[in-house]
Amino acid sequence: MENNNVEEMDIESLSSMWPEDINGKQFNIEKPGADQAMLEDIFIIEEPKIVDFKRLVELTNYSEKGSSQLAYLVKNWEYRQAYAVRLLREELDTLSKQKQESELKELEITEEHRFEQESYGGDKRPISVLDEEYDILPDFPRKIKHVVVENKGLEIEADYDTVIYWKQRARHLEELLEASIQREQILVEKLQESIKNLERQSSPVEELSQILKRADHYLHFILETAPVTIGHQDKDLRYRFMYNPYPSLQEEEIIGKTDAEIFTGGGVKEVQDFKREVLEKGLPAKREITFETQLFGAKTFLIYVEPVFSKAGETIGVNYMGMEITDQVRKREKMAKVREEIAVQKAKESELNKTIHITEETMRAKEVLATMSHEIRSPLSGVVSMAEILSTTNIDKEQRQILKVMLSTGDLILQLINDILDLSKVESGVLKLEATKFRPREVVKGVLQTAAGSLQKVLTLEGHVADDVPVQVIGDILQIRRILNNLISNAIKYTHKGKVGIKLYKITALSCDLREGSKGNITADRSVFSAIIREPDKCLSLSQSGSDLNGFLEGPRKNSHDDEPETPVINGASMDGGEENHRHPSETTMWIGCDVYDTGIGIPENALPTLFKKYMQVSADTARKYGGTGLGLAICKQLVELMGGHLTVSSQEHRGSTFTFVLPYKVSPQCDNSDDPDELSDMNGHDAMLDSHDDDISSGTFIFGPRMLGSLSSSSSSARAQNQLPNRVAFNATHKLNGLSDDPTSFPGSSMPSKEVNSLKDACSAVDGPATSCQQETSMMQSPDSNYKVTVGSEREYQHKEYGQFQDTFKVSTCSSGVESKEVSEKVRLTDCQEAEEIQERFERSSQCSSSKGQEIIESKLKPRILLVEDNKINVVVAQSMMTRMGHKIDVVNNGVEAVRAVQSSSYDLILMDVCMPVVDGLQATRLIRSFEEMGNWDAAVKAGIEYQVPQNTAPNDPQLNLLRNRIPIIGMTTNALSESADECFANGMDSFISKPVTFQNLKECLEQYVM
Amino acid sequence: MDRNLQRQVANMRKSLFDQGYLDEQFIQLEDLRDDANPNFVEEIVTLFYTDSAKLIRNIENALENNPSDFERLDDYMQQFKGRSSSIGAKKVKTECSQFREYCKAGNAEGCIRTFQQLKQELATLRRKLETYFEMARQANT
Repeated sequence: MENNNVEEMDIESLSSMWPEDINGKQFNIEKPGADQAMLEDIFIIEEPKIVDFKRLVELTNYSEKGSSQLAYLVKNWEYRQAYAVRLLREELDTLSKQKQESELKELEITEEHRFEQESYGGDKRPISVLDEEYDILPDFPRKIKHVVVENKGLEIEADYDTVIYWKQRARHLEELLEASIQREQILVEKLQESIKNLERQSSPVEELSQILKRADHYLHFILETAPVTIGHQDKDLRYRFMYNPYPSLQEEEIIGKTDAEIFTGGGVKEVQDFKREVLEKGLPAKREITFETQLFGAKTFLIYVEPVFSKAGETIGVNYMGMEITDQVRKREKMAKVREEIAVQKAKESELNKTIHITEETMRAKEVLATMSHEIRSPLSGVVSMAEILSTTNIDKEQRQILKVMLSTGDLILQLINDILDLSKVESGVLKLEATKFRPREVVKGVLQTAAGSLQKVLTLEGHVADDVPVQVIGDILQIRRILNNLISNAIKYTHKGKVGIKLYKITALSCDLREGSKGNITADRSVFSAIIREPDKCLSLSQSGSDLNGFLEGPRKNSHDDEPETPVINGASMDGGEENHRHPSETTMWIGCDVYDTGIGIPENALPTLFKKYMQVSADTARKYGGTGLGLAICKQLVELMGGHLTVSSQEHRGSTFTFVLPYKVSPQCDNSDDPDELSDMNGHDAMLDSHDDDISSGTFIFGPRMLGSLSSSSSSARAQNQLPNRVAFNATHKLNGLSDDPTSFPGSSMPSKEVNSLKDACSAVDGPATSCQQETSMMQSPDSNYKVTVGSEREYQHKEYGQFQDTFKVSTCSSGVESKEVSEKVRLTDCQEAEEIQERFERSSQCSSSKGQEIIESKLKPRILLVEDNKINVVVAQSMMTRMGHKIDVVNNGVEAVRAVQSSSYDLILMDVCMPVVDGLQATRLIRSFEEMGNWDAAVKAGIEYQVPQNTAPNDPQLNLLRNRIPIIGMTTNALSESADECFANGMDSFISKPVTFQNLKECLEQYVM
Repeated sequence: MDRNLQRQVANMRKSLFDQGYLDEQFIQLEDLRDDANPNFVEEIVTLFYTDSAKLIRNIENALENNPSDFERLDDYMQQFKGRSSSIGAKKVKTECSQFREYCKAGNAEGCIRTFQQLKQELATLRRKLETYFEMARQANT
């Protein structure tokens, strides 16, 4: 039992044997015997350990750690010995106690004996053994307790107080005593043994070295394959101890040397510096260092260095531990890289998603915008055209004023929607460019005239086309005009005084500064067109004058318009014979720059970058002040870029801006003017006028001076206005004051072979200005009845000559002649000059006015001309009534023959054709009309028995009327909307069909699709 | 204006639609009424009856003389159907369709029978519409 205790004690002390400062690295070792077997199996290579023993001794002697370790070991041993001594003492104490007890017992026993002897004599009372046993026992408990050896086993069979009893008792006691003595002997032996043990254990060094060896084994066992190097270096960083499981160097190559002496390469210096740092700071530190040495290649070590202090507290070296973590680092780096890549990927993905989302949104928004715009445009144009019609009816001044506001507002919205549609068209690439021949000078003039027509402030509009710009070039005139119009209206919008102008010049590598020079080009030797924009009528009047605006008298001028179209051809030829046309023998590309400049408010520099962006205006203030959508410039830029050019801007705040666009144009060598009679005639008119004053016909400088309200009465001019369209709608207004001889003035022919809706609309907008100023003009004018209406029919020709002496204006219209025509679609042919002259005279009488007359142009041609072919009276009445409700007037014929005749004599924008009709049914009539459209003759109709009747009012030889017909949309009207009848309709050349009975809905849809 | 009468007129109009005499085309005609043509519907209906009288006679003659000339009968009936549908005379239109079906099938007897029904419907509608228009006029005066 005691032996066991000793052993347990041993173990306990062992665990605390290792110094506390080896933090957490205590060797928790099992019983010495238990692990021996295990350790025996392990072959421990002791080689990697390279020790400078001398140094170790030194360290143990001098270094604080070493001495404290030793001290601790000694202390521990002492403690153990003391503990053993204490235990032995306790044992001795126990023994002596037992000895005392047994002695005491002996004494008691003797006393008892005495007592018994005494009582032997006195107490004579007979007691049965059993009774006495009963009685005695309570009397002796205390005594018995004191006896170590109980006497319970004492059984005395003999009767009390008999001799036998006493003998037995004595014998028993003797035995007890013997046992006690024996025990004492054992204890003494044990004591001696313990002392012997003590003696045996008295050599601590052996024990310690054993423990140390065990720890050492464990260390080896653990470190054997660990990629760990352990070392100690002195304060010069020379190795004193090195443990390296993969040694590649011999002991002598390491001990006593520094890192730098052992190996070289990347990281060596770093590790040395690091160690030195630790040495200096006296604080342990960890660092990851990557080596790149010849010795072991590229490896990364996590290095732990701790300083070693002497007893005096000085650093005397470092302990160093390194663990190779190359793989881990690599892995870590890989992971980091992967993580980084993932992060980048994710960022990219989210970015992409965002972009996709935005793009989708944008696309959707654009689509919605386009759709919405279209949806809005249709009803809006209905509203606007209704308002226009309303304005032709008898309404009072106030109503007219309201209508004007309605119209101009409506036009604004339409413009905005058109802009949006245009933009989406350009952006989506739907817009196709067309190459057409056009004359830059005409375009510039036209644009300026248009601008002048709606000018509402005092501005000079000027245009200059450099000499080297060809007379005729090829490009998409519609788009170019749109750009010019846009830029000019923009310029006018932001210019309050001064001038706005267009300059056209050829771009050569060296002549980029041409436009600079052209500023001073408005000189006397050039032909100058002055347009006096008069306040009252704002008509598109262009004074034709060799002098400036103040010129009063003009000699009688010859005007070649009289004999249009023959004369213009001649004039055109003469013009084309000019130098320009012979300069370019073959078609070449020429870059022509165009400046649109103004003296307006300019653009602040910070607004320039966003200027061409959609919905961008210089500032919110600007938007409020000037209105607009901010789409104009964006469209311009897109259009210019679409045409392969570029649009730039330069601007100075408060000084003005200059927008420049440079576009490539094709220049054709031969200007075949005969194929372009319209433009030609116009050009000729212009040229003819020029001819009478100036010889310079190839260069154009145009000035549209500011309107002069006060000087109207004193200005003498012949006004001439024309819009800028190829389908020219022009009218002249020449008025003469002072009763001077008048110029013969003519209207340039207006022949409109094409019914292109766009151009028609343009025409409308071109004449819009004058129309809106009606009110003002009448109030200013002395002649109240001088509202003239010029109804412009698309295919109508006006050939009008006027020789009136006091000619204010003219009018060409069924309305103006006092005949309020119920059907605007009726042919309007004013070949009868007589009528016009009559009208003229009438107006002369009524208005010997000194001011110009208002001219109101109603573009009734906007209204589609519709023919209804239907034999059913009820249907006719219903359809007519519905059409009237929708603001349309229709011609009605009752069968196919009449339909063909109607088409022969007039032109329609839409035919509603009943399929089942007597005489010639709708299908046949459609076939005949289609045949005419394709062949250009009515042979098929003649064959079918429909005689071709030359319409009375049409010049039979006019080739345009017959040749340039477009395909008229023909809508069939069928009773049963079965698919077979639909097929029939399409097979016979109909474009669509509606099922009868006609309803508002299907009529409206049909009209929207085909004529709006 | 008599409110009661107006309500009666409205009821009558409703029943004309409910009983299938008229369809939505009639509403289209009603929509075409305006200040300039307050009696537009009546005028159209009158026009329809005067216009169809001749056509009915034509069909009658054709049925009497040439009951097997289905092509011609169909032609007439198509015209008549077109007119009926123009004023929204639904029941008449149905008879027209039936008539044309018989034409297609070459059933002369069916044609004659249907034509009788057609005339009856025509007369009924005329009576009803005349009453309706009369009442409407009274209600609005």
